[in-house]
Amino acid sequence: MRFDLIFKHADMFLDSIVMTLELTVASLAIGMLIAMPVAVLRTMRLPYIDAVLRGYVFVFRGTPMLVQTYLVYYGLSQFEFIRDSFLWTVLRSPFNCALIAFSLNTGAYTAEILRGAIEATPKGEIEAAQAIGMSPLRMLRRIVIPGAFRRALPQYGNEVILMLHGSTVASIITIQDILGAGRTLNGKYYLAYEGLVTAAVLYLALTFLIAGAFGIAARHLQAHLRPASTR
Amino acid sequence: MDKIVGYLPILIGGMGVTIAVAILSMALALTLGAGFATLYLRGGRLGRAATTSYTTIARGVPDLVLMLLFFFGGERAINSVLALMGYERISLSPFFIGVVTLGFIFGAFLAETFRGAYLSVPHGQIEAAQAIGLAPRRILGRIIFPQMLRLALPGFTNTWLVMLKSTAIISIVGLQDMVGLADKAGKATREPFVFMLAVILFFLALTAVSGNLLHRLERRYRPGF
Repeated sequence: MRFDLIFKHADMFLDSIVMTLELTVASLAIGMLIAMPVAVLRTMRLPYIDAVLRGYVFVFRGTPMLVQTYLVYYGLSQFEFIRDSFLWTVLRSPFNCALIAFSLNTGAYTAEILRGAIEATPKGEIEAAQAIGMSPLRMLRRIVIPGAFRRALPQYGNEVILMLHGSTVASIITIQDILGAGRTLNGKYYLAYEGLVTAAVLYLALTFLIAGAFGIAARHLQAHLRPASTR
Repeated sequence: MDKIVGYLPILIGGMGVTIAVAILSMALALTLGAGFATLYLRGGRLGRAATTSYTTIARGVPDLVLMLLFFFGGERAINSVLALMGYERISLSPFFIGVVTLGFIFGAFLAETFRGAYLSVPHGQIEAAQAIGLAPRRILGRIIFPQMLRLALPGFTNTWLVMLKSTAIISIVGLQDMVGLADKAGKATREPFVFMLAVILFFLALTAVSGNLLHRLERRYRPGF
């Protein structure tokens, strides 16, 4: 192992960490904006709308994110009317394409997680909210959604880690994320291990950080579920 | 749009490659999963430490990173060993690397599934079996193993569905599966959208059919008393 080469390119790896985090956090944020209305609407089981939302979740959870990214990045450029429209200023950049594909993907997974958590709301909480005369919207905002977020926390933590890992797909469409930096290092010096091992270690460390953060959050937000003596 | 019709047989062949990779990876993952679950449960402190390190690495490093590491690093490592022993260089095929990588990763998930299933068999049953004098092997074969199958089935289904989608990444190191072939064909015909859309439909068909089958099995063998 040539550690000197890794440290010589520490800047490149630091930049790549920023890129990976940017992409992951932005995708998760947009994904959450998609997931919340989808999850709430799906619990209402509206005709037609439900079929469309189910289709969205089914397609994005049933296919590889790599293929979804290819579809946006390579696929959409096939159409002349897209290349000629203002959309092209957005779709020309690999970062935007990755962001679109990743957000739609994690949006579908997160919607399912939230839907499960919403549907697991204890009946008593809803009855109590109705009994004191809350409007459905207020009940959703004050009772159902906060409770659902708490219940969804462990699963959502998993989804965050999956998104971090999935974001490596970005390196395939020329984005310099952590994996991209590792491959650049290996390519530059004709190495077999150094760059990729560095990438693996960085991803592992980030995974631990995320898992740890969600563990702490769960301990605080679910404190009411533990026996009083351990709080 | 009509160009895809000519490519359809090739794409369906690619789907066969995808299915073959998935089945072989699953066979390896089942072996590793069963092995490491046993090591965890019976291997003492060292066995638990080994299993924990394995599952941490396999689940904490992205699949794509592991695959590239195996593809470039693995080949060089094997060749330097072979060179020391005086053998010729070999090159590892994308198919082989894909199966090894996915087997390695999803073996870790299955090890957890199997461990959980083993521990879910009520302890009273094992005590009862001991009380009537069944040998430990018989207890495993007649009491624990049959129940583990049904308890592990949901975890297996989940692992299979995730793994099926993970096969797509092997195309990056050159496997001519349906993703690799569609990527090539899309570039050759300048219709990448049509070909990727076809791949999406193929994947949906695969996940829907195999998921449905496995869910049906789950319902049939659901533990219920």
